[in-house]
Amino acid sequence: MTQRGENPRGKKPVRKDDAGDPSNGGKSEDSGSIGSSGGANSGGGFNGIATAEWLTNAGDSNDVVLSSRVRLARNLAGHTFVHRANKEDRERALQACRDWILAANVCDRIMWVDLHESPAIERNLLVERHLISKQHAKGKAATSGGVATPAAEEPRAVAVSIPDERLSIMVNEEDHIRVQMLRAGLSLSDCWRDASAIDDKLEAGLDYAFTKKLGYLTACPTNVGTGMRMSVMLHLPALKVTGEIEKVKRAATDMNLAVRGFYGEGSDAVGDLYQISNQTTLGKPEGAVLADLQDSIIPEVIQYERHARNTLLSKRRSALEDQVFRALGALTHARLIAADESMQLLSLVRLGVVLGLIPELSVQTVNMLFLMVQPAHLQRVLGKEMDQEHRRIGRAAMIRERLTK
Amino acid sequence: MKCDTCDKEATVHDTILRDGAWVEVHCCEACAAKQGLSGPGPTLNELLTNFVLPQVAGEKPRPKATKPKSPTCTNCGFTFEQFRQAGLLGCPQCYATFESLLLPLLERAHEGAAQHIGKVPRRLAETGPAKSELEDARILAAKREQVERERVIRRQLEDAVKSEQYELAAKLRDQLQQLSQSSSASRTH
Repeated sequence: MTQRGENPRGKKPVRKDDAGDPSNGGKSEDSGSIGSSGGANSGGGFNGIATAEWLTNAGDSNDVVLSSRVRLARNLAGHTFVHRANKEDRERALQACRDWILAANVCDRIMWVDLHESPAIERNLLVERHLISKQHAKGKAATSGGVATPAAEEPRAVAVSIPDERLSIMVNEEDHIRVQMLRAGLSLSDCWRDASAIDDKLEAGLDYAFTKKLGYLTACPTNVGTGMRMSVMLHLPALKVTGEIEKVKRAATDMNLAVRGFYGEGSDAVGDLYQISNQTTLGKPEGAVLADLQDSIIPEVIQYERHARNTLLSKRRSALEDQVFRALGALTHARLIAADESMQLLSLVRLGVVLGLIPELSVQTVNMLFLMVQPAHLQRVLGKEMDQEHRRIGRAAMIRERLTK
Repeated sequence: MKCDTCDKEATVHDTILRDGAWVEVHCCEACAAKQGLSGPGPTLNELLTNFVLPQVAGEKPRPKATKPKSPTCTNCGFTFEQFRQAGLLGCPQCYATFESLLLPLLERAHEGAAQHIGKVPRRLAETGPAKSELEDARILAAKREQVERERVIRRQLEDAVKSEQYELAAKLRDQLQQLSQSSSASRTH
């Protein structure tokens, strides 16, 4: 992988292989095991694995809201959309985007990853960190014309701001450019402000496909207009226990909002984590979508969840404590555990921590485990590739260690 | 029954006037096409679309039976039929090409809206930008020019290397180096 662009402030864009901040390595929870893996087959992109800002559990309403996200879909004028483009076309678009993204000074330090040249585990790490979509990790073959290229080798990339990982820019996903801002807590307005500022910088050097009538033109007509999707990741265990989550889902659907799982479109709500996002992108300005979600709809869901938690605490305390501590018991004593089961148990433990039932644990530890139990992160932390059976053993050991130290 | 001219199964049977006499011919489809015989008759659908419907609408019948074509984007060759299957359009131009067909779809997906309200790229914004923004824009424009110049030189360099013009390649590489040095004079290393 070669780096051609120069960051105008004089800082070289960071290759993924040396993205880990060495000064951070010693402090990182995972430095020991990762250091020993030394990039054997997985590179070293996330040596400072704990640095992503959204994992810190900072931000507003962090008892319920894990993170907020804004993404903008943009396309280059004069290019066919990505799925129609052959390898050369995609390379051309990729190069134009790379040159400008690295020149436009979008953030202090930026890491550029050419996904078509990255090993699968590296791509999976990015998916688990919510920096790229599953589809972007897999790649998508051209729908017609040209010489067929294996999907995974189709030219595509992602740029990530480091070490905070708030910004990611996917290139050649469904649209040429997808700008994403991800922050801890309920922070949609900050995400929108930052994403829009980066969008301005990108637009200064790239000709976007835009018409006054239909706004930003996107490959899929469901994104046309603002090209903007705002979403909030919510932890709703109490609404799940009381069954009221179904009401939330129905209400959201009625308001043209989508309710999705932890990993977006088509994923289940493992760990009682739900993403609520806008569906409509045409005819409603960004500010109005923002105001609806940030000031009215999401706060209502938060209140609803808090109310359900308090009801459980006051009326069914023993049953609640029983569930929470059984979950903690299973996590601290299991010898074999799958990712989904650990997510489900961690969800109950997180509920217990937030309600003050387990004072010796921090919410941040639990949030971090949500990520660390995922297959790619687990293998990164343990420093080797493993089959499913060994992953279950390694996962159980890692969880035990982190919850009991 | 075998084809009159080759060994394949005959599927086209016709009676034609040859040298003043009616003769029966039996051909496979390929040979029939070569001899200009009509294939199996048009389908009811083709009859309707080509003869009946146009006449109802006061049009002349089309001379040949062709399938009704799906609307096609002149820019990228994508058809509306392909869009229906893929769920994605072919290029930005497709929005104009398929405007009338897309409209009901857009309205359904976006709560009845068919007009963008919201952010507009700065280059198209009607209100003038603030002074500081003008300054930013100037810097960015200069940078953009440079990135484009670099790209052109890089492409020339690739061509030069490919065609083994090494003197030219060396010159271009020097130019490229100069450009990147002048752009990052403040670089600290």
